[in-house]
Amino acid sequence: MEYPHKKENSDQIIVSVSSLNKWFGDLHVLKDIDLEVVKGERIVIAGPSGSGKSTLIRCINFLEKFQQGEIIVNGVTLTDDHKIIEEVRREVGMVFQGFNLFPHLTILENCTLGQVQGLKLDKEKAKQKAMHFLEKVNIPEQANKYPGQLSGGQQQRVAIARSLCMNPDVMLFDEPTSALDPEMVKEVLDIMVDLAKEGMTMLCVTHEMGFAKEVADRVIFMDKGQIVEQNEPVEFFNNPQHERTKLFLKQIL
Amino acid sequence: MLTHLTGNLDIWMLGFRNTVSLTVLSFIIAFVVAIPMGVARSHTGTLLSKIIYGYIYVVRGTPLLVQIFLIYYGFGQFHSELKDVGLWWFFREGYYCGLLALTLNSIAYQAEIVRGAVMAIPHSLEEAGASVSLSRMKIYRFIHIPIATARMMPALGNEFVLLLKASSLVSVISVEDVLGQARYLFSETLDLSVFYVAAINYLIIVLVAEAVMRRLEARNTWLAFK
Repeated sequence: MEYPHKKENSDQIIVSVSSLNKWFGDLHVLKDIDLEVVKGERIVIAGPSGSGKSTLIRCINFLEKFQQGEIIVNGVTLTDDHKIIEEVRREVGMVFQGFNLFPHLTILENCTLGQVQGLKLDKEKAKQKAMHFLEKVNIPEQANKYPGQLSGGQQQRVAIARSLCMNPDVMLFDEPTSALDPEMVKEVLDIMVDLAKEGMTMLCVTHEMGFAKEVADRVIFMDKGQIVEQNEPVEFFNNPQHERTKLFLKQIL
Repeated sequence: MLTHLTGNLDIWMLGFRNTVSLTVLSFIIAFVVAIPMGVARSHTGTLLSKIIYGYIYVVRGTPLLVQIFLIYYGFGQFHSELKDVGLWWFFREGYYCGLLALTLNSIAYQAEIVRGAVMAIPHSLEEAGASVSLSRMKIYRFIHIPIATARMMPALGNEFVLLLKASSLVSVISVEDVLGQARYLFSETLDLSVFYVAAINYLIIVLVAEAVMRRLEARNTWLAFK
């Protein structure tokens, strides 16, 4: 499928990570990470497990604390002040590997809780918006069911709708298809492709290289807490520079 | 057996009322206190959690009957001091002492139930709440509390029934509960069948309590899907 890899509009930097360092106890999991994400850019982060890719995107909405460095989201510098954290989280949506839907709330309520309690939106408006996004992910008919009644693929699509309801400027995907049965991967990826084509700024940790080839503007390869290599997808896949990248691509492609 | 019931209906009614009010009141007061205690206890490693554990250890590790005696006779030793501070009316009455003992006892058990239910909630749901911009307080209110409440229903129902039967111990400090009235009638008539009547009283309360619990549990339909 043909799709322009460079966004035509501004070079407005929406996420800026500089000299980020993080330790889990003695383990140095992120080493001097520098990353700038331009509005509308779609980035795929790949790498072996334990390379720090999930930790990196979890730092962006402060689900993980970091010890050194700076992260700026939409002009707001992250600190551990909870007001700032909540402000940043309003602008950054997150989709988890394990869906993490609220089991005691219906699909519709899952999508409205954040809007009503986090964004202080009116209940009716929140419902309308929730239905709009549930239609977008093709499951409006499940609105009154509970997460436990849905398949994994459906649950992950709800999780995407739940995030979109917050009108985020950036979406983070943390291995969104890794916990799914193979036949459900496509229905989730299709939604993500649609989102990408609408110009959503996305950072996806994923092993779906087909997705990377189709929509990514940039592929980042991480290993042992460092960004080893980054490039646009065609170059990344056809002409990897680093030995570690070549080995990785050989194993997964 | 029937004549014991029909001839002393007012005595049995008083006993029934006292048993129900003792159990229900102590259960509800203990529940209200146990929620913050159980939540605090779930943050293991904090000083507060350790203090609460100390309380739970002492209460669960000693017989309820001992606790009842300590409150009723123990405080009785200080009756002049209690009169001075205006609390004697409370500790003079077996009913209030029994209520206090049952409440303090049930707090310990219910706090552990709350702790277990709160700790069983996966951290990933907190992260999901955080990612849709909920504050810590709102994550507690809209995620932890409703999920924990639903999950602890069966354990709470169990605790209620245990508390009901434990409440019969207060008959030894002159409370006119079901067993207290049965013991009084037995001493009057020397007919063992009064204890069958007493047993039936407890069974009726359990029947109602179980019906209420079933209704409350049925409200959480989502539990069936997990």
